[in-house]
This record gives sequence, C-alpha cells and structure tokens, in this order.
Amino acid sequence: MQNAVKFTTTEPSTPTPGQVLRGRILRHKGVMVGGTVIAVIILIAILAPALAPHDPYAQSLIRRLRPPVWIEGGSWAHPLGTDHLGRDYLSRLIYGAQISLTIGVCTALISGVVGTTLGVLAGYFGGWVDAVITFFVTVKLSIPTILLALAVVQLFGGSLNVVVLVLGFLLWHQFALVGRAVTMQIREMDYITAARTIGCSRSRILMTEVLPNLMNQIIVVLTLTIASAIVIEAALSFLGVGVKPPLPSWGIMIAEGRAHIFFRPWLVMIPGVALFVLVLSINLLGDGLRDVTSPQGRS
Amino acid sequence: MAEDDFVLVEGLNINFAIPGGTLHAVRDASFGIAKGETLCIVGESGSGKSMTALGLMGLLPSNAQRSARRLRVGGHDLMAMSRQQLSDLRGSEMAMIFQEPMTSLNPCYTVGNQMAETLVRHRGVPWRSALITARDWLERVGIPPSAGRLDQYPHQLSGGLRQRVMIAMMLMCEPKLIIADEPTTALDVTIQAQVLHLLARLQREMGITMIFITHDLGVVSRIADRIAVMYAGQIVETGTTREVLTDAQHPYTRGLLDCVPVPGKTQRGAALGTIPGTVPSLIGRLDGCGFAGRCRHAAPACLTGLTALAERDNGRQVRCLFAPATLWGRA
Amino acid sequence: MLMFLLRRSALAVLVALSVSIITFALLHFTIDPALAMAGEDATDADVQALREAMGFDRPVHVQYLGWLGSVLTGDFGVSPYFGLPVSDLIVERLPITLTLGALATVFAVGLGVPLGVISAIWPNTLIDRLSLSLAVFGQAIPNFWFSLVLIIFLAVQFPIFPVSGAESLGSYVLPTIVLGTNAIPPIMRLTRTGMLDVLSSDYIRTAWAKGVRPQQVFFKHALRNAIVPVVAVAAIQAANMFGGSIVVEAVFALHGIGMLAYESILRSDIPTMQAVILIFSVFFIGFSALSDILNAWLDPRMRVA
Repeated sequence: MQNAVKFTTTEPSTPTPGQVLRGRILRHKGVMVGGTVIAVIILIAILAPALAPHDPYAQSLIRRLRPPVWIEGGSWAHPLGTDHLGRDYLSRLIYGAQISLTIGVCTALISGVVGTTLGVLAGYFGGWVDAVITFFVTVKLSIPTILLALAVVQLFGGSLNVVVLVLGFLLWHQFALVGRAVTMQIREMDYITAARTIGCSRSRILMTEVLPNLMNQIIVVLTLTIASAIVIEAALSFLGVGVKPPLPSWGIMIAEGRAHIFFRPWLVMIPGVALFVLVLSINLLGDGLRDVTSPQGRS
Repeated sequence: MAEDDFVLVEGLNINFAIPGGTLHAVRDASFGIAKGETLCIVGESGSGKSMTALGLMGLLPSNAQRSARRLRVGGHDLMAMSRQQLSDLRGSEMAMIFQEPMTSLNPCYTVGNQMAETLVRHRGVPWRSALITARDWLERVGIPPSAGRLDQYPHQLSGGLRQRVMIAMMLMCEPKLIIADEPTTALDVTIQAQVLHLLARLQREMGITMIFITHDLGVVSRIADRIAVMYAGQIVETGTTREVLTDAQHPYTRGLLDCVPVPGKTQRGAALGTIPGTVPSLIGRLDGCGFAGRCRHAAPACLTGLTALAERDNGRQVRCLFAPATLWGRA
Repeated sequence: MLMFLLRRSALAVLVALSVSIITFALLHFTIDPALAMAGEDATDADVQALREAMGFDRPVHVQYLGWLGSVLTGDFGVSPYFGLPVSDLIVERLPITLTLGALATVFAVGLGVPLGVISAIWPNTLIDRLSLSLAVFGQAIPNFWFSLVLIIFLAVQFPIFPVSGAESLGSYVLPTIVLGTNAIPPIMRLTRTGMLDVLSSDYIRTAWAKGVRPQQVFFKHALRNAIVPVVAVAAIQAANMFGGSIVVEAVFALHGIGMLAYESILRSDIPTMQAVILIFSVFFIGFSALSDILNAWLDPRMRVA
C-alpha cells in the first residue's frame, strides 16, 4: 500500500539577474579596486581647479627643479617639487589627469561608434560587405598602431583634437569584431526560429539575450580601449608628437624629465607612476567586468 | 566479503566540498572480490559507481576527500602507500578502462607511442621491443596487423578501434585487477557485443580480477559473477549474479528489475515498471535510507539514523531495515 | 594543407599591397614631396623644377606603380634627410631590430611558458597569484616609462647595464626586458588556461591511470596539447614587437628600423617613411601568416587530415 513519505525541501528564493550581477561586481576584487581608483582619479581631474595648489603653467625660474617634500630640500609649498621651468609638479600632475582621461574617453567613444557600426554592418549584410570590412580590419592591423598614429598625427600637426580623432580612427577594430560577432548571432536566429519550442518571440530573445550580451562585451572593450588610448597618447607626447607643451600631458612631463634622470629621477618617476596606476586600474576594471559578465562568471 | 579476497574495500567515503555544502558522492561503500572474479557495479547515473572506481585507483580530482577503513588490492594496502608507489601500481598491477574512447587517447601522439610508453615505464624494456609487443597486442585485441597501425593517430581510428587500443594498452603489463567503467556505453550497439566478448575472453585467459561498471542489466547478466547495486552513493545490495537477479532483496533492486522487459515473460502492451520520485540530493546532512522517499514500504524508522549495509546469512549484503518476507509479504 | 598554404600566402600578398597603396596615397595627399625635399628657403620656381625633375607631377597611380616597380627591384629611393639610398639605411639597421625582436621573443616565451605551466600545476597557490600579478602589471606598464625606470635603477643607480647604444650584447638586455615584458602576460595566461583545460581532459586521466610519471604527464602529455595556441600567439607577439621597437629603440638610442621610423616621421622623410611602413607590415603579415600555419601544422588532426 502506498505509504508515501514526503520530504520537504525549502527552496531558496531566486535572485533577479540584476541582483546577481551586482553581487558579482561587489565581490570581484579587481572591479572594486580598479573602479575605486578610477573614480578617485576622475574626481581629482574634475576638481582640478579646486585641488591644484598652483597654476600648472606658472613658471618661475627661481623655483626650478625643487625636489618633492620627502627628499632633502623639498617643502610643502611644492609637495611634488617643481620642473625645469619652475612649474609646480603636483598641479601639473592633476591637470595632466584631465588630459589623459579626456583623450581616453573621447577616443574610445569615437572608435566605439565607428567600430560597432562597421562591425554590425559586416555582420548584418554578410557576403561581400563582410569580406570587404574584414579585409579592411586585417590591413589596418598589419600596421603597428603607434607607427600609424605617429605618422598621421605628425602629418596633421599635433593637438588634442587631432590626437583624439586619429586615435579614434585607429582603435576601432575590437569593437568591429564584437559588433560583427553579435550581429551574426542575430542572423542565425532565423534558423533557430524554426526550432523554437518554447514559443519565445524573436524580439524577446533579442532583448533578453542578445542585447545584454552585446552591451556587456562593448563595455569591456570600451574600458580596455580607454586604457590603450591613454597609453598611446602618452607615448606620442613623450616622443614629441601629439599634444604639445606647455600642456601638462603626463607623457610630456616624462619626456621633459628625461634629461634629468641622473640626478632627479622623481621627475620621470612621478608622472610615470600616475600613468601606470591609472592604466592598471582601468585594466583591472575591464578584466573584472569581463569575468563578471561572462556566462559562467568564472572566479 | 572475506579476508582472503583479492580486492577488499571497507567503508569507502568520497566527499566534495562545494559552495552549497559537502557533496557525499560515495558513502560507506564496502565489497570484496575473490581472485579472478568479475564484480559488476550497477546503478543509474550519479549513483557513485565511477567515483568508487576512481577512488580505488586514486584518480579522484584534487578537491575530493577520500577516506576508508580499508582499501586492499592483492596484498597492497592502498591507504598506506605513497604517491610514487601508487603510480608504480597503476598501469602495471591495476588498470582502468574508461567510458569515452573518443577523448581518452592523447590526440598528439601515435597509438604505438602511447602503448609502448606503458611497457617502458613499468617494465623498463627498450622502446623498440615495446613497440613490437604493442603490435602483438593489437593483434590480440582483434585489430588486424595492417602496416602502419602503430603510427596512426587516435583521430584516424573509429570508436570501437580506439576502445580496443585502450584495452590493449591497459592490459599490456598484465595487471591483476582491471576496472572497466562502462567501456561499451559510448559505442555502437553492434560493436558493444564484440568489445564485451573481447574483454571477457582476455579476462579468462589472463586470470584477471575485474570490476565492471554499468547501468545495463543485460550486460550484467552475461559477464558478472557477483553484483553490487549502488544508489545515491551507497551500495544497497550485493550478492552473486543469480541471487541478485532472481531473488532481489532491496526494494530499489526490485524496482530496477521490474523496469526491464524480459523476452518471453513481459506481455506485449504491458506497462513497464517505474520507480516514482527522483534521486535525493547528496549535499549536506543525510539521514536515514536514501531510497526512503521513493519506497513503497518505507516506515518512519527508515527516515532517521544510518541504515547500515547488513550482512545476511548467506554472505549477501543488503542495506534495508526489513527482511524480504516482511517486504514482499506486505506488498 | 597545400591549398591552405597557398590561400594564406595569397591573402598575405594582397594585404601587403593594400598597405602600400594606402600608405602611398596618405603620404601623397598630405605632404608635398617637392616642398619637403626642397626645404623652406626654396623659391616656388625651384620647387616646381624639382617637382618635374622627380616626377612628382605625374598622376598618383603612375607614381605609385613607378614606386612599386622600383621596390620590387630593391630600390626604395633616396632619403632626403639622410642623403643615402633608403635600402642602404634599411640594410644597415634591420639586423639590430631583428636581434632585439628575437631576443625579446625568446625572453617572453622563456619566462611566459614555464610560468604558465607552473601556475596550472599549482592553481590558486601563492606562485599562481604571483604569476598572475606579474601578468597584470606587465600588461599595464607603458613601455617608454618602463625603459626609463630600468635605466634609472639598473644603469644609473647601479651601473650594471649601459644606458644606450648598441655596442655590445649587454646593451640589448634592458631593451629586451622592456619589449619582452609586454608580451609575457598574454603568453603566460594562454599557457595557463590551456594547461588547466588540458589537465582536466580525459586523455590526461588515462595517462595518470597508466602510471605515467608526473613530469611526463605535465610536459609530454599536457604541454604538447596546450602549446598549440600559445605558439600562434607568440608569433603575433613577435609581430607586435615591431611596433614596440619604435619607442624602445628611441629611448635606448638603438639605431634599428624602429628608430629609423621615428626619425623619418619627425623629418617628413617620405621615401623612408614609405619603405619603413611597408617593411613593418610585411613582417607583421609574415608573422601572422606564420602563426596561422603553425597553428594548422601543430595540430595533428589538421595535418594528417
């Protein structure tokens, strides 16, 4: 006879996708550390006029090459010392953050728009459109980015706008790849439609699966492109091409400090460390976002 | 189980620490196999059969925790041996054949290389003579000696051929124990019988003790001397083939046998037996008999404590509180 | 396999040609070569005379074909800045860049692969975390600044290596470290991921079951399978080093092709710029084709199919 014994199990309440994502983000050390540092740097850049103790362009031949406060001879009037023209290093550093961040973000936005558009076109139309665009990407990849950037910026004259435009049109390939891959996924859905068993409409799948996936990947690529743009800009200004003095680009500061590395290495170290920390944080954030938004959320 | 058994497993536990708690993959497994015998471990997917085999061989993943009162194979106390000593045993004294021939051979090395490697490792013979032995063995497992077989890569062979290569590779050093983990499940039905025959023949010829893991009761009836039935990580019944198949004493075993149509006996159009419910979770605290939730004869006593694997009079073991008379008399 | 080789080579040639066309067009439409050659004090008449003499007034495609024809015979023109045939400049400087690139690749692979293997054998241990941290830092550090840092610490504070120049092999050490460090992270990560994947595969379990010794399992059975994508990536990294060499050579005053590129850009030296860009892309295309071919060749499934 049936003597059914029931086992009661308590089902844990299932969290929403948004909560899951937020939880993953908060737990991921790379995202939290990178994100916090970037937020601080952005804040500093925005509040530059209020935070910088001096005018970054104010020269003073009397106060040339003062050391930072932790070295003998330094003072709190110029906590990070002064450069070869007597300009306060801390102020220049803070305003330099503005330049790096501006260039990074603007470049990434431009290349994002250009690249994603090209990628989507390639993926949507397929055929010879795809072949042409992919060929274009291959050709572009064959020339080292920095070489092309050097050549073109030099040709058109160095300035902030030129650098942003040139880099914007050089760093779009990753966006194109992502846009193309996701768009092709959508095209394949036509064939999946025939095998639909749950009755999910195509626009619903678009909304719930494809679009979030696209956004996730684009954000990761955007983050890493910002980092690339910042580094390349610094390299360009270091080499004397691109943004020109007296703008306090960190690359320029390192270049100007180069002549003094024998006795005053801090002139090179300080902006370099700032650049390194910024790029490192962006990389941590980008890698972390990729981890967090991947389907398995691998730890 | 007897003291002079060739293989003696007593109280084997295998756990995994996972985010949700502890996963008890194998609980309190105990069985014995006499020399030259074939033990079939039967059970559905997830019952812990493969884990038991891997635990015995020492091939568990790194996050597994294994404990046992005794693990003895042919006089070797496996619990007391170092990694180096166990490595010496594997492939030479005890060997294992896996379920998936398509992925179990290294794609970057030739068949001959992978086979000769075993012999060179354990017997120290020179490479050339190992290759000759390998070719002989290929013939022995029914792969005709066409030129160049040894130089072929695994992807150039069919599933059935790859499994034969596996068998040859594992038997080359003439081990005393071989564990076959569902070796024919992934093969075509027509090939299954061939590989099965091959394995049985080689076992007889070489006097090897065999543990054969399967979920196919038809195979069991043909090759097993003894059977151990596993459910939810535990052994629920053991006995000789005849005893278990004709006089099952555990409700789960009965349920399994009811599911299988018997030519001649099962009427056309009759409903096949089913076991209601699903396998319980193996995570966390587990009280009572694992089958209680699906058993027609379950009583409150079945839900608490530890239902032990009790030895019945004729050497059989059953993990059930009730004697057959009580059970089947009731139904 | 042969078809694959042919197709890949044809693609490579096509890409190289496209690169040269784009470069030529870009330079042609933005710089007036006659003006650049003549200098700032030349009169309009002088510039026009120069233009006609050098053939700069011909239609652009005619000029391009003329240039291409010369290139195929090894004539890259004369550098207005250096006053030497460009091919001489290239021949003189290419060995330095190639040496640097080769050393940096060996450095990157020699450190990246073993670190990746060790991290995979002992995942989530201290050494794994250290390797991953090294990878993260290596990827973030700007190579021009890293060069200066190394100079400060290893050539100035502790004078171990020369600050610049290419006299001895020792002067290649610091530039090699800088170039290689950018390439180590992807190689190390890929080796690690590949090894982790491979180590959990069925055929590795078979190897353990056969009693194969651990060193053999890791290096004979596992690495051989995991290394296939790494070789391809290493080839790409080697190609990327050409781009990186521009900055590194500039900082360390190594007179290689990278530095030549930098100098020619600063001086608007068009023939040299064209030649250098072509050479860079030819090498890059060659390396990425090599990478694809290696990928196909190392996987026996593709080779014997």
